Amino acid sequence: MKLIFEKSIPGRGQDIFPACDVPVKMPAAPLREKKAHLPEISENEMGRHYTALAKRAHGVNDGFYPLGSCTMKHNPRIDEKMAALPGFAKLHPLQPAHTVQGAHELIADLEKFLCEITGMAGVTFQPAAGAHGEFTGLLLIKAYHTDRGDTERNEIIVPDAAHGTNPASATMAGYKTIVIKSNENGTVDIDDLKAHLGPKTAGLMLTNPNTVGLFDPNIMEITRLVHEAGGLCYYDGANLNAVIGIVRPADIGFDVIHMNLHKTFSTPHGGGGPGSGPCAYKDFLAPFAPGLVCKDGENYERAEKSIGNLTGFYGNFLVMVKAYTYLLTIGKEVYTLAQNAVLNANYMQEKLKDIYPIAFDTTCMHEFVIGLDPIYRKTHVSALDVAKALLDYGIHPPTIYFPLIVHEALMIEPTETETKETLDEAITAFREIYERIFNAPESVQMAPQTTPVLRLDDTKAAREPHLRFDFD
Amino acid sequence: MIDPKELKYTKDDEWVRFEGDEAYVGITDYAQSELGDLVFVNLPEVDDEVVAGEPFGDVESVKAVADVFSPVSGVVLEVNEELLDDASLINSDPYGAWFIKVGSISACEDFMTADEYDEYRG
Amino acid sequence: MGTFIPNTKEEQLKMLNEIGYKDFDDLFKVIPDEAKVKGELNLPDGLSEIEVARKVEGLAAKNTIFRSIFRGAGAYNHYVPSAVDAIANKEEFVTAYTPYQAEISQGILQSIFEYQTMIAEITGMDIANASMYDGASAAAEACWMCKDRRHSTFYVSGALDERILTVINTYSFGRGSKVVVIPTKDGETDKEALAKALADDKEAACFLMQYPNFYGIVEDAEELCKITHDGGAKFIMYCHPLALGALKSPGEVGADIAVGEGQPLGLGLEFGGPYLGFLSTKQENMRAIPGRLIGETVDTRGERGFVLTIQAREQHIRREKASSNICSNEAWCALRAGIYLSTIGAKGYEQVATLCSSKAHYMAEELEKIGMKRCFKGEFWNEFATTCPDADKLLAALEEKGILGGLKLCCGCCDAGCDTDCILWCCTELNSKEDIDEVIAIAKEVF
Repeated sequence: MKLIFEKSIPGRGQDIFPACDVPVKMPAAPLREKKAHLPEISENEMGRHYTALAKRAHGVNDGFYPLGSCTMKHNPRIDEKMAALPGFAKLHPLQPAHTVQGAHELIADLEKFLCEITGMAGVTFQPAAGAHGEFTGLLLIKAYHTDRGDTERNEIIVPDAAHGTNPASATMAGYKTIVIKSNENGTVDIDDLKAHLGPKTAGLMLTNPNTVGLFDPNIMEITRLVHEAGGLCYYDGANLNAVIGIVRPADIGFDVIHMNLHKTFSTPHGGGGPGSGPCAYKDFLAPFAPGLVCKDGENYERAEKSIGNLTGFYGNFLVMVKAYTYLLTIGKEVYTLAQNAVLNANYMQEKLKDIYPIAFDTTCMHEFVIGLDPIYRKTHVSALDVAKALLDYGIHPPTIYFPLIVHEALMIEPTETETKETLDEAITAFREIYERIFNAPESVQMAPQTTPVLRLDDTKAAREPHLRFDFD
Repeated sequence: MIDPKELKYTKDDEWVRFEGDEAYVGITDYAQSELGDLVFVNLPEVDDEVVAGEPFGDVESVKAVADVFSPVSGVVLEVNEELLDDASLINSDPYGAWFIKVGSISACEDFMTADEYDEYRG
Repeated sequence: MGTFIPNTKEEQLKMLNEIGYKDFDDLFKVIPDEAKVKGELNLPDGLSEIEVARKVEGLAAKNTIFRSIFRGAGAYNHYVPSAVDAIANKEEFVTAYTPYQAEISQGILQSIFEYQTMIAEITGMDIANASMYDGASAAAEACWMCKDRRHSTFYVSGALDERILTVINTYSFGRGSKVVVIPTKDGETDKEALAKALADDKEAACFLMQYPNFYGIVEDAEELCKITHDGGAKFIMYCHPLALGALKSPGEVGADIAVGEGQPLGLGLEFGGPYLGFLSTKQENMRAIPGRLIGETVDTRGERGFVLTIQAREQHIRREKASSNICSNEAWCALRAGIYLSTIGAKGYEQVATLCSSKAHYMAEELEKIGMKRCFKGEFWNEFATTCPDADKLLAALEEKGILGGLKLCCGCCDAGCDTDCILWCCTELNSKEDIDEVIAIAKEVF
């Protein structure tokens, strides 16, 4: 398919702007000499270009999207409609506070809801995404220790199954990452944790349920041990969807958590963002919270020992509107989300486990992991091949090659908004692919065959980086 | 590929070739084939110190990155700039594609001979 | 009461039984009892769609929508062409995740590749990334791109928006790097102070300027670039993306990195977000770029296609050694920016820059006629600061007429030494001559 630049014809274009109704005047400063190449294209042609691109994309609305750890559930239309209301979308972030009381009320209400769901005391909406929320939470931990003069604590403990963002966030917060092992059940190895706790421990980052989809049965002991060592407990809320309304992170010993509004609270991911990663914290961390808060309707205040700001204004406000709308709809029955997310995952796991090796064969939470390694060793059909084969069934593949502790991993998260029929169709597809792995392995290795492009050469892309269109 | 007899090998899959007081360091054929198509290599700068058993750089494939450990302690005299432009040389000629040349060598790791290494990675 | 769960209670129970569980309690017995919530959460009852809409629309109605806006300071009221909403709201774009599976994500990948090209073009740089959270966080990440073992101090102009500075400081708190603010003189970076600071510091990593700066002034970027490079540091320009339709581009100036707030490119004011951070740089800095990069390649038939590339920089591979922790970015906002720039095109890009500049200059002249003089003499594009006998009084009078006036600058926040209040005004193509004249008329009435 052509790039939009290849459809551009000099002199074509669209008339958007009016003639200048005041004398034309430019600053007496050095002006641009080399013009920017931008498309010159009619609205019709442009519309068709993007429609063609849309046809080459796959969203939740196109089909099943069991992308593990990403919670690709249905994005309700009402959420979008509410976020588009001019009373939100047309607000300048620096309007006088008394002209944006509805916005502040919404933020305050959403904060209350999220505090109730997490058990925490306060929420900052500054972070624009999950990883940004992790960074924020770790800075809160750092500010807390620093404020107490406890400056020797420079280590963050992270399990080996963690998302890559955890160690990367720890580095950005100036911490050294200490990796602890998972045990044979796929959860935290308590002895290894004990061995690494000490006077240098600033905190522990834990995803729960963890990245293999398991609820850590020792969770209360884990948080107790970390606290006894003087560290704080950070809850990576990427998988909160599995326990929402059933377990509250604060109740099980966590001090700070980020949530992904674009996962658990059903705001759409937009092909990579915008997300929103609000960070909730216990009372004793409130003095360090970032951002400006309007409590009295007129003035903005900053917490006394605030770590500052993570984004220019108040975070991704319109994403908050969507999450708020979603929570108003669901209300106190949020636990039904977790129930059905967990049910759907277990249903699929149960219906596949006779043929596909399940990494940790027990009741899973909202997702489960297939470790294809034994099959790969026999057949040379890899997790990547299975993922690509699913494309020909119109199914978005699971997350692959993550978590790192499972070889040839396929991580499947159906979510609660899928019907039993959809799950059954996917199960049939997985079972058919399994047959093909043994009967016609090359058909799996050559997949996909029905997509706009076939397998792409990642090595070439990385060895000869070509990151833009060349006009010359 | 046959591992050259004149080189020394480490358990982390590096090779080292001594020339007088200096040593050339690279990664073995086994290492490159495990890593797959390499797309980039991060190397230290000349005059940097390297320590035996500690990473001095890394190699990137499309989906992974692996540390490269120094078999010797010393000072980097030269880095192989060619690899910065074309990491595929490591795949095509692992024993020609040296990463760094080290001088002022003060310590070495325990080395294996080619036969021992073949046995180790058999 | 509202729900998006399709399976009925009966179906749920049947599924549970089919896989060997009695009920949901049985399914959840893997969670220790002591960890579970006792009873229900204290949340309101769920609502039907009509009830939800009523409630949320009620909140929206409590906010004031200004019909005429003269405030910028980091968020700009530009026109969003109809095509932007119509196209960007296609559900395939809205409901997709990050394009991990390239074969069914070519639409997303190509749209971002086109966006990367457009950002590289308008900034005059070699390459751009797939987007950052917003301008301020992009500025902070740009500073970190310049840090290496020998260079760790970040210098920023005192004429930088304080909100951006705050974010840079927050990003620097974690790793304990030093941020130094260069003082201003007449609303611009004090060049001598910058030269001296860099000369005295062998560890200077970068100098970051805003273009135009917070007070709207178009500083001498080429001179600042030269001073910075002579001082052994990298030069970062934080740009208004539409100003570059007129002003010398960062590429032409010789900058190492260009960043900025992409909100003016087809995004609304949105009470501050989601916005769009853009980041572009020279080819040689490619591997230091944070975040996603989309690259061109071919498929097994030799057809052109696009993939996420050079991923070994990123957190999911390099983990604690990654160049940044960013993964989710603002892809959908970048899509909007791409549609916006395609809609206005090469011609519109120059037009809008001319309109903003002309309106701002007209307004500045008219304000001057009624005694509200510019605080600084430097050249400006869309924003400028003036004195005002009583800013609160004027802004209140404007507000009464549905006009959001300029931003009142807090006392002593600049070096102008004005003995009255000051206001930072902003004009865009949406401010007609009539609107401007109305402000002047109201100001005349007030004073």
